[in-house]
Amino acid sequence: MSEASITMDAPFERSLLDTAPAPLVGTSVSRVDGPFKVTGQARYAAEHGSGDLAYGMLVRAPVGSGRIDRLDTAAAEAMPGVLAVITDARLIRNGGDFAGAAAPPHGSRDVVYFGQPIALVVADSFERARAAASAVRLSYERKPGVFDLAEVLDSAEPPTNDIFGLFLIHTEQGDVAGALKQAAVVVDEVWTTPSQSHAPMEPHATVAQWDGRRLTLHGSYQSPVTTRDQLATLLGLETAQVRVLAPFVGGGFGSKLGLMPEAAAAAIAAQRLGRPVKVALPRQHVFEMTGRRPATHQRLRLGADADGKLTTIAHETITDQLEGEMFFEPAGIATHLLYAAPNRLVDHKVARVNKLLGVSMRAPGEGVGQLSLECAMDELAEKLDLDPVELRLRNEPEVHPETGQAFSSRSLAECLRVGAERFGWTARNRAPGRCRDGEWLIGHGMAASARGNLFGPAKVRVRIDADGLAAVETEMTDIGTGTYTILSQIVADLLGVALDRVEVRLGDTDAPTSAGSGGSWGATTAGSAVYAACEKLRVMLAEAAGVTSGNAVFADGMIVAGEVRRPLSELVGNGMVVDGATAPGTSNAHFSQSSYGAHFCEMRVNAVTGEMRVARWNSVFAAGRILNTKTATSQAIGGIVFGIGGALTEELVHDVRTGKVVNRDLGEYHVPVHADIPDIDVLYLEERDRLANPLLAKGIGELGVCGSGAAVANAIYNATGVRVRDFPITLDKLFPGITP
Amino acid sequence: MDWIDAEVEAPLTLRVNGVPHSVRIDTRTTLLDALRERFGLTGTKKGCDHGQCGACTVLVNGRRINSCLSLAMMHADDEITTIEGVGAPGALHPLQTAFIDADGFQCGYCTSGQICSALGMLEEVAAGWPSHVSGDLMPAPPLDLGEICERMSGNLCRCAAYPRIVAAIQSYAASREGEGA
Repeated sequence: MSEASITMDAPFERSLLDTAPAPLVGTSVSRVDGPFKVTGQARYAAEHGSGDLAYGMLVRAPVGSGRIDRLDTAAAEAMPGVLAVITDARLIRNGGDFAGAAAPPHGSRDVVYFGQPIALVVADSFERARAAASAVRLSYERKPGVFDLAEVLDSAEPPTNDIFGLFLIHTEQGDVAGALKQAAVVVDEVWTTPSQSHAPMEPHATVAQWDGRRLTLHGSYQSPVTTRDQLATLLGLETAQVRVLAPFVGGGFGSKLGLMPEAAAAAIAAQRLGRPVKVALPRQHVFEMTGRRPATHQRLRLGADADGKLTTIAHETITDQLEGEMFFEPAGIATHLLYAAPNRLVDHKVARVNKLLGVSMRAPGEGVGQLSLECAMDELAEKLDLDPVELRLRNEPEVHPETGQAFSSRSLAECLRVGAERFGWTARNRAPGRCRDGEWLIGHGMAASARGNLFGPAKVRVRIDADGLAAVETEMTDIGTGTYTILSQIVADLLGVALDRVEVRLGDTDAPTSAGSGGSWGATTAGSAVYAACEKLRVMLAEAAGVTSGNAVFADGMIVAGEVRRPLSELVGNGMVVDGATAPGTSNAHFSQSSYGAHFCEMRVNAVTGEMRVARWNSVFAAGRILNTKTATSQAIGGIVFGIGGALTEELVHDVRTGKVVNRDLGEYHVPVHADIPDIDVLYLEERDRLANPLLAKGIGELGVCGSGAAVANAIYNATGVRVRDFPITLDKLFPGITP
Repeated sequence: MDWIDAEVEAPLTLRVNGVPHSVRIDTRTTLLDALRERFGLTGTKKGCDHGQCGACTVLVNGRRINSCLSLAMMHADDEITTIEGVGAPGALHPLQTAFIDADGFQCGYCTSGQICSALGMLEEVAAGWPSHVSGDLMPAPPLDLGEICERMSGNLCRCAAYPRIVAAIQSYAASREGEGA
């Protein structure tokens, strides 16, 4: 087997994707896994398992802080079909997020959040497991707990960990206090955001099966290798003894990144019982136990001179998390780089609470941080009597405003200009609360968008079989992101084969390890590893054909160079295999890499009822090369709607006496539905980022979320003249301020 | 507890996609779990098990229902159609093709329900059933954006393919109209 690796240490001047004779990359290719998904043939986690499958149901803590004294399992064990009630010390307390290969906290009867897993009931049917789980009796001692961030803001302390350098805890430049005193105009306000739930449509589920000393999990995981490594550590196994499979994942949004309680429980039970065990979480368990975006309390201070030049940006965030857990919501993450200003402060603190684990949720940081920053910019524009688009253009930095790094590519200004034109921004309502259509108040709002671009180590295997069929094998997943399709497109373009002559096999830890789906980096890292492998295969094929690869054209399943014209199947012998890899290199450290965009929104607010409707939407993004315009547009829409949900309806309500999630189902936690969403216009600008990766592409999976909620909030203000800074902007908060 | 002793198993034959399935079944089993766990028809998805997400939508005698809110025992005489009965990868139903063309899905987990729901919804519109947003209750409702969105709002999609699902439904409906169907 051959190997090829790409490290990004210098600009990538010549991408083979630019010279593909009949390029599919960059076009609107339909999903290659589409026929399986629209017919119900794609098999998700809970849809695996053989005839003697047993069913597990978790028993969970009915207290938010305390200690389980006694577990009475006799009644449950006596029920028909019950195989075991498992109280193994290796049942995990909460998920492992992306915290490396360490085992998540486990083995404790100490309860730190309401709904924490305590035991697993296993029976020979789902109905029997469910009935028996409700027959387990717990007695517990209640302990004092902290259930409300607002009560413990003063106790917040700096996070203990910067998450492998991904997040900055504290940065400071110039003299913030002094500059604010001198500023002609100041905004100084607090924005708050609640716990939010990822709520992927597929609940977390695992089917575990032991075959001798080897454990196989079929599950719903964004990063199978992280799940594998954490589980191996937990159970004291070699990683080679664990195989994790996740070929189809019904959404994740950050909630399926590490080992989750249901996977550990299923693995333990399957070993104990010597038969496969399925643990599929009921929706209520997903809400109460798998993770949440932490609540935030954000103070934003902006100072500007009379011309609208920012002199100061200060963004201080307090967020909440379980004791001992390292993740924190880095709400200031985009504040580092969005606007120029000499005096700057970005700070994060964490208050410890007894609520379910805080984890990454689609655009951790930006997702809620750009609500406050972009709403603050809107307030500043109003005070300056300046067009909010113009305010942003006036503060566009030449280089990264904190580090002085050059931007690898940055088309924010162009996104703002093009978006304003598509929306008809110049014809917007300028006087808040004054534009009316009968009962409806109409408002227009906008916000900028930025999301950091990451590039990490990834590995894939690309084969060409004897009959000329190409295949990609990697642990990488497709959680709805389009991985199957874009990797197929890249192979088709680089090897010159038809799309249906490429097979992509994903989500298997026995295949080379990729970066997983998270942080918007899956397409670019796994795609670049495919690129590296295909580049090497081209050289090998050219050698076999007796030509130099630089002169060769790969098209229609042939290599063509001068007089030579040979089908690939004639050149591969018994087949060719290359492992392709990426390594970050220095480009990521030396250049500021982000995707950018701008959102424009029209809101209608009913002056009589307070009903809020998103009426019209335009977004413009620039994210390097867009690999597939169809799937990329879908991802943008998905992100924008995620942000609309966060602005208007989404809030995990914790009972302040226990931390229990009160609205633990999809009837009460309101994700947007069909009737909430108008047609959404999305445009990607032409851009190539030669410092990002050989695809010249940047991440897009989370970009849509960033700032979209702020555009909604700003449009609601423009419609009504009411600023609500406590998200979500629900009727009870907005209505008292509206004049009918 | 009394309900623990209440467990009952009963014989049941269900006709799914024209095929009879005979089983002895725990009477607590929902139609959804019977399809997925007993008949291996896993195309119908479990998203919430509470009738709140629509992922489990199937057609019962042509009408759409949430199969999680219905016990299997209630359907002995019914004709049940699941996504497997709508079309297969090599023989797609035109609405399935429209979903692929419009990219009316991402993760795919709500898709079976969206498609079954759309098929049922189009029959409801054809039969003249008004909805919450119908301006006039007497004439046949128009198949416009507002009507489609209202009628499909019981089918959640967290990936938010909503505008593209609506586009797929519109494109399918238009092609059906073109054929005079």
